[in-house]
Amino acid sequence: MTQAIEVSGLRKSYGKTLALDGLDLSVAAGEVHGFLGPNGAGKTTTIRVLLGLLRADGGTARLLGGDPWRQAVALHRRLAYVPGDVTLWPNLTGGEVIDLLGRLRGELNPGRRAALLKRFDLDPAKKTRAYSKGNRQKVALIAALASDADLLILDEPTSGLDPLMEAAFRECIEEERQGGRTVLLSSHILSEVEALCDRVTIIRAGRTVETGTLADLRHLTRTSIAAELAGPPQGLDTLPGVHDLVVDASPAGAGPPGTGATRVRCEVDSEQLAEVLKRLVAAGVRSLVSQPPTLEELFLRHYAAEPQPAAGQPAADQPAAGQPA
Amino acid sequence: MTAATLDRPVRPAREGGALAGVRELARLAVRRDRIMLPAWIYVVALVTAEITFSLKKLYPTAASRESIVVEVGRNPALSFLYGQLHGNSLGALTDWRFLTYAALYAGLMSVFLVIRHTRADEQAGRLELVGSAAVGRQAPLTAALAVALAANVAVAVLVALVLVVLGLPAAGAVAFGLAAGGCGLVFAALAAVAAQLSETARGARGLAFAVMGAVFLLRGIGDSAGAQGPTWLTWLSPIGWSELVHPFTSPRWWMLAVLAATAVALAGAAYALAAHRDQGAGLIPLRPGPPQAGPWLRGPLGLAWRLQFGALAGWTLALFVEGAAVGSVAKGIGSLFGNNPGLKHAFERIGGQAALTNAYLAGVMTLSALVAAAYAVSVVLRLQAEESTGRADPLLVTPTGRVRWAASQLVVTVAGAAVVLAASGLGAGLLYGDRAGDLGTQVPRLLGAAMVQLPAVLVLAGVAMLAYGLRPAWSVGAAWTAVGLAVLITLFGPALRAGQWLLDISPFSHVPRLPGGAVSATPLLWLTGAAVTLAAAGLVALRHRDLD
Repeated sequence: MTQAIEVSGLRKSYGKTLALDGLDLSVAAGEVHGFLGPNGAGKTTTIRVLLGLLRADGGTARLLGGDPWRQAVALHRRLAYVPGDVTLWPNLTGGEVIDLLGRLRGELNPGRRAALLKRFDLDPAKKTRAYSKGNRQKVALIAALASDADLLILDEPTSGLDPLMEAAFRECIEEERQGGRTVLLSSHILSEVEALCDRVTIIRAGRTVETGTLADLRHLTRTSIAAELAGPPQGLDTLPGVHDLVVDASPAGAGPPGTGATRVRCEVDSEQLAEVLKRLVAAGVRSLVSQPPTLEELFLRHYAAEPQPAAGQPAADQPAAGQPA
Repeated sequence: MTAATLDRPVRPAREGGALAGVRELARLAVRRDRIMLPAWIYVVALVTAEITFSLKKLYPTAASRESIVVEVGRNPALSFLYGQLHGNSLGALTDWRFLTYAALYAGLMSVFLVIRHTRADEQAGRLELVGSAAVGRQAPLTAALAVALAANVAVAVLVALVLVVLGLPAAGAVAFGLAAGGCGLVFAALAAVAAQLSETARGARGLAFAVMGAVFLLRGIGDSAGAQGPTWLTWLSPIGWSELVHPFTSPRWWMLAVLAATAVALAGAAYALAAHRDQGAGLIPLRPGPPQAGPWLRGPLGLAWRLQFGALAGWTLALFVEGAAVGSVAKGIGSLFGNNPGLKHAFERIGGQAALTNAYLAGVMTLSALVAAAYAVSVVLRLQAEESTGRADPLLVTPTGRVRWAASQLVVTVAGAAVVLAASGLGAGLLYGDRAGDLGTQVPRLLGAAMVQLPAVLVLAGVAMLAYGLRPAWSVGAAWTAVGLAVLITLFGPALRAGQWLLDISPFSHVPRLPGGAVSATPLLWLTGAAVTLAAAGLVALRHRDLD
């Protein structure tokens, strides 16, 4: 599969501040790629390098097979961009801005423009100074979606949209995927990422920490287990890959003391799941609740301030996020 | 109360009701304007000192001042521009020359100040945050008016002090200061009303300035009407009321009460309007615009033109009026300087001509060129504003290259500067030609005198472009410093007998003195070459740097 975006070892600093520190990112043509990371991780800087607005200090960046800095104008014919914080010319109307941006990218399809205006419920006759943040964002979204660009670069495009418009946005992106367009979507809305993205890249402090499908990422993390057992389990505390083990020999509401009822809670690395279950079964399972890691847990782990070793050997002082209640 | 049922200590409601928080907001306003506000106040005091001092030096005796009395009596254009002259004392002369403008200046300061702290904050959403705190509904307006009151009192006190120090009678000096400050207060209250009417700061300022322009014209017509004409028009204008105080003849103190009463009445109207509207809303609704872009809005040039058109229209009108005003007085200029060798020399030095009228017109064309340069620089610096606000991004990620984007703005700069200069030359040519009975010659002659300044104007625009291309963060300061230097060198360099090397720094020193002087193409070609080189270097620098 050809790559729409191929970034490796990208570095960029502003004075003494290091914004990108060897970042890698690859987006296959035709996929919707989630681009995630905490605030200040370097997402917007990466996007601005890809747009040819910033010149990288080191590393390579290829966009649609070209050099984003040298061939900016030629590449811009094939992409459309929606910034997270859309500022527009206050004395132009939304309709005028959509037309202007459309004409700058080539001609605009009037039918598509009208359909998108209706879909996003935007009044194009209002001056942009009268628009809310969400409405300004709709202007940029409509201009981008109405274009024939091969690649859409969206930097937190839905941060001001209401849930209804957010749903409309998801439908549009789903259609773009069907139509074979490539989308790079930077977002903090995890449900949106989960619903839309084929693959995601998570970055922190200017570096890529994880990349792959959501299923891949899930596999790298832990499942939480809560079980009520007939007796105390054997050897769980020495098993590698078991974390935050809590064994409560006389839990409240579990029958009279001395009956041997035990409640166990722990976090288990995926590859140890089978072994742990074996030992739980040996102790006699009365009830078992197993939760796959939620997306939130996944991200919280990757967003946490300290860089972590590979997911299989988490640092000892790192509490697992999201204890089951 | 819910607070009590939630078992939380109930804090006593703050005193003051609708005015709670005024003191804090006023302090915030003073803190935000800690540089701008003192600058406004010092400048008016400085100009008062400069004008009074030079009048004192140039017209030391009553006899020397009599020539002005005669000329003002004969030339209604002078009354239109400055007001009526009452007597031949130094005080009367200072009053005639500057009171109208001191009042206008205080008004401008007040409009900017009040709109900045009311509608501009409201439009930006800052007042929403402030209003959610324990702050009364009328507190922001009250704080803005309080700061405006303090600023105008400062103007009155400082101006009066300056006049007393320069030896004018104390009572007259105080009346002069209060007349200027009182007019400022009226416009502060007017701005408060405008801030309730318009939904945008720009619209509110526009409303206030439109009224200001109208009342300036009213008093001009009244002052220049002559005994048989509608002199009562002056009585309809707040700027006229300041003039009618007549500080140095027989001060009409009660005119100050008229100013104060008007300010109070307007402020009351602003409070009443504010009490009946929603946060963020205006009483004049925003008009919708075209739902589709016109055919000319196709690219960066169309956009630059669309964004600049309003400002260009304003500057063009202003320079046309300025040209017309100076053109209308040019014919009598000889007799005005008749017995005053000092002033005559001063003008000859700026104009570089023996023929006084030509010298005067050439000097004025240089002033127009400085104004046009300020306009041109502001248009170039719009690039910086577009970049720093992020508005440039959506354009620059289309196939529009940076160079094409910036060059489009430069095209608008060149065209705009040419139009603004032409307006000034046309205004001067029409009015001077009309009074000299020689329209056919004077219009092209003065149009040419204005247009010959264009290359020098563009050099400053080129400096702005280079600064923007190299360092956008510094470009605003650097470009305005260049304009300020050019103004200082051009206006004060010759009078201070500065060395030629210093004069040569300003591009305006190289422009042929027109009308009257010899035209030589060489300096114009050099200036054009310098402007093109600077702009091209700026474009190259822009091509190779990061965008904000």
